[in-house]
Amino acid sequence: MTDGTTQEAIEAVWRLESTRLIAGLVRIVRDVGLAEDLAQDALVAALQQWPTSGVPDNPGAWLMTIAKRRAVDQFRRSDRRDQIYAAMAREQGSEMSEEDFLGAVDHVEDDVLRLMFVCCHPALTSEAQCTLTLKLVGGLTTREIARAYLTTEATVAQRVVRAKRTLADAGAALEEPSEAERAERLTAVLGVIYLLYNEGYSATAGSEWLRPALCDEALRLGRILTALAPRDPEVHGLSALMELQSSRIAARTAADGSPILLLDQDRSRWDPVHIARGLSALDRAMTSAIDLGPYALQAAIAACHVRAETAEATDWVRIAELYEQLARLTGSPVVEVNRAVALGMAYGPEAGLELLDQLAGLPALQGYHLLPSVRGDLLAKLGRHDEAKAEFARAANMTQNERERSLLLDRASETS
Amino acid sequence: MRFMALLKFDESLPGGPPPPELFQAMGEYAAEGARNGTLVDQGGLLPSAAGAIVSLVDGTIKAVDGPFTEAKELVGGYAVIEVRSKAEAVELAKRLMQIHKDHWPGWQGSCEVRQLGES
Repeated sequence: MTDGTTQEAIEAVWRLESTRLIAGLVRIVRDVGLAEDLAQDALVAALQQWPTSGVPDNPGAWLMTIAKRRAVDQFRRSDRRDQIYAAMAREQGSEMSEEDFLGAVDHVEDDVLRLMFVCCHPALTSEAQCTLTLKLVGGLTTREIARAYLTTEATVAQRVVRAKRTLADAGAALEEPSEAERAERLTAVLGVIYLLYNEGYSATAGSEWLRPALCDEALRLGRILTALAPRDPEVHGLSALMELQSSRIAARTAADGSPILLLDQDRSRWDPVHIARGLSALDRAMTSAIDLGPYALQAAIAACHVRAETAEATDWVRIAELYEQLARLTGSPVVEVNRAVALGMAYGPEAGLELLDQLAGLPALQGYHLLPSVRGDLLAKLGRHDEAKAEFARAANMTQNERERSLLLDRASETS
Repeated sequence: MRFMALLKFDESLPGGPPPPELFQAMGEYAAEGARNGTLVDQGGLLPSAAGAIVSLVDGTIKAVDGPFTEAKELVGGYAVIEVRSKAEAVELAKRLMQIHKDHWPGWQGSCEVRQLGES
């Protein structure tokens, strides 16, 4: 059963069209809440008419026409809208007629990017940014978002309402970011996409199979952003990073669900399609950037692992260099701990320990269990077993994760 | 979920080369696929005269150069798309047919939509 216009076919059109529909409407009405309401009205009209009339040849244009017509109705009726349109007319330097309004040309790229910027507005909490991005840019339903976040639909709906109110109060949809702001907002968008990705990637709670949806959604948003802002190297850097991490999804858990560390993974299980896409995105990031940004650097590190046929063949010297650049860029002590691991692999355990000793007093690393854990590892390699044992025990006391704790306690008792 | 869409048609049907409007519309279609994140990879294929078929029948491996005159429908292009339902893949394939209907009068063919097995 494929022909005939079913609810399923209409939903498929909606998923393909909702982003640019809402994005175009935001440009026209300058109000995220109103834009979404109008888009929903158009969807309701489609659900009423298409089962008998069939899906029109250009369903996107059909939905847009209906939504714009509704907008004009609103525009005629409401004082508040009048104020919005008066403000818009002032901004554009002329009165806006109904014809202008209906004939407003499509600037899809600008529209969708603006929608992304609005969804990641600095006035919103990070949680609200993620939810709105999934809803308005990703086209996910409240129900789907609730499933991905293991929460209730009511909670998500509430979050969306509150976020829209915050945006309206901030006048978020009315502003056009300046060139300098644009860079900042793009960074925020990249951050939200990567956060969504990581929530999917490192999920430990709930039924596992629900969460990969977040990874897929983040990858898709990354691809969209690549089309919208192709000249920004970090856009490609982020895509590369997510693709390369995705290539390892199947290999990073054992049959019993326990995690397999990168160096112990069966490399034949890494997905070549993701790898190819990741490496070509990294190429684009590297050719368009003078200095690599944080996402491109992390992708370049992931690429070193992917390019090594065996764990032993890993180019640790290069990885240590990349971590050094990353540490300089981010000033993150956690990155330094990773660099210590790479140094240990590249130049021997003493080199790693030397760096760790410099980090030991940093307040940011108090309670960070990987510091003693890495230290223990390096000490064990040097044959300083008593010290190593003490470090593993210390790390075990610091971690909140049960599986990790037992792993560390095992190592403590094995070391002698 | 990923799907492979295979565009198929009968090479021997008259109609001449595709009109430039088709290329332009196909370009738009691909750009839209990039913008909404559905298009992962795509390519058009040259006529079968430029290809070959390698077969294994009754224990014999044989290579035959194109054109493949005996085949009724041949793959002329492909796309790998990433969507969230089969209905979405079908909708995208319908749009592809619509483009051919609008810009290449008399053209006939099909788009086979197949889900990729994923590890």
